[in-house]
Amino acid sequence: MTESEARELLLSALAEIAPEADGTALEGDVELAEQLDIDSMDFLNFITVLSERTGREIPELEYPRLRTLDDGVAYLTGAHGP
Amino acid sequence: MGDFRMPALGADMTEGRLLEWRVAVGDRVARGDIVAVVDTSKAEIEVEIFEAGVIEELVVPVGTMVPVGTVLAHVRSAVGGEARPAAPEPTVAPRAAVAAAPSPPPPPRLDAATGRPRVSPLARRMAADLGVDLGACSGTGPGGAITKADVERAAGPGAGPPPGPAPTPAPVAAHPVPASTSQEDRQAAMRRTIADLMARSKREIPHYYLGQHIDMTRALAWLTETNQARPPGDRLLPVALLVKAVALACRDHPSLNGFFTDGALQAADRVHPGIAIALRGGGLMAPAIHDADTLDLDALMAALRDLTQRTRHGQLRGSEMTDPTITVTNLGDRGVETVHGVIYPPQVALVGFGRIVERPWASEGMIGAHPVVHATLAADHRAGDGHTGGLFLAAIDRRLQEPDRL
Repeated sequence: MTESEARELLLSALAEIAPEADGTALEGDVELAEQLDIDSMDFLNFITVLSERTGREIPELEYPRLRTLDDGVAYLTGAHGP
Repeated sequence: MGDFRMPALGADMTEGRLLEWRVAVGDRVARGDIVAVVDTSKAEIEVEIFEAGVIEELVVPVGTMVPVGTVLAHVRSAVGGEARPAAPEPTVAPRAAVAAAPSPPPPPRLDAATGRPRVSPLARRMAADLGVDLGACSGTGPGGAITKADVERAAGPGAGPPPGPAPTPAPVAAHPVPASTSQEDRQAAMRRTIADLMARSKREIPHYYLGQHIDMTRALAWLTETNQARPPGDRLLPVALLVKAVALACRDHPSLNGFFTDGALQAADRVHPGIAIALRGGGLMAPAIHDADTLDLDALMAALRDLTQRTRHGQLRGSEMTDPTITVTNLGDRGVETVHGVIYPPQVALVGFGRIVERPWASEGMIGAHPVVHATLAADHRAGDGHTGGLFLAAIDRRLQEPDRL
């Protein structure tokens, strides 16, 4: 998966859980939960969509690697984070 | 002959607008069937009928605002022509259909339940403004939902709002203004509704407040282990355990589960916790999960997911609005450690959960870092005393120490 594909996938998954959010206004390095006012139920729905689209399990231990948009891109493209 | 009346969908509702009839004259209806959609100041609610029969006349036309109690339709009772309207029906328990519905079908993916096209509230209002037939729209939103864009497309460039002088400019540019205005109207109406109800609560109900810190080590360890083997769609969240623990504690202490009406506590014989759900853009609602004490954690989690989705998409049912017997707020999910709630009249109790935080915790002479949640109770002192409230919180704690038995 390329970076732009990963970004697009993340934004479309976010659009499903927070339809009123403006994806283009998201900052890459600020926590999604904070920017989009999403709770744990929203986040689980977000993970569910990502998992269905990518076929990845996304275990709970890896949730922290999806905290921001940039983190998510790195996670989905397979580039290992810090 | 029976009358189907505008229901009070919560203590805070005095009038409602009939948005849609789901039945026509001559249709046969059963208890629990959804017959209409009503707009309260808070949301659009699907309203069930609690009498079986045949729709004889639709009295109130779509779009009309009427006070609670107004006759909306005449229903010929199924049990012998002019029989008494509330004739009991032996085969079907009064709320059977309703009780069965919430132990919900599959996971989150909206739909399925109603079989009608999903329409966002905004799209519905736009369709009404533009005279677009929703039945003729094709939905492109999530799960085939009809969105604002679909309505705009169906309206076509020519079909602007009637008084609009200039149909030529792009309709997209013309519509956002009225749409956002009605959105603001709704915001204001919801704020007023919450203000009235909460003021009434604080005026009438002598609240007492209790709190207890609960060690969540066992509950979270069990949760982690359980979720490990599951795909995201089947995973549980801590809130499912918390709600279940509350529901079971309600069974242990029924005096906190019910209503204070006519100067006395009326304990409910079933447990329908209302779950406070924040709406995007402000406001909140607390629809019921029916018989939560009887649901296993998987069913309860599915019900929570479903309820959250439908609350945010404006697809709640009347019984979910009217049935809560106690309220649970999980505000901790948004960061705070403690929440002292305001009781939703005429209920007698509200349980609040803060964020689960790691704290130093002493037990058996040892100090360790444990995940801890602050559980609080706001209860009506007219209906009971703090002693019972304390036992109730202790029961929640005890239940959470045995997560595999929840």
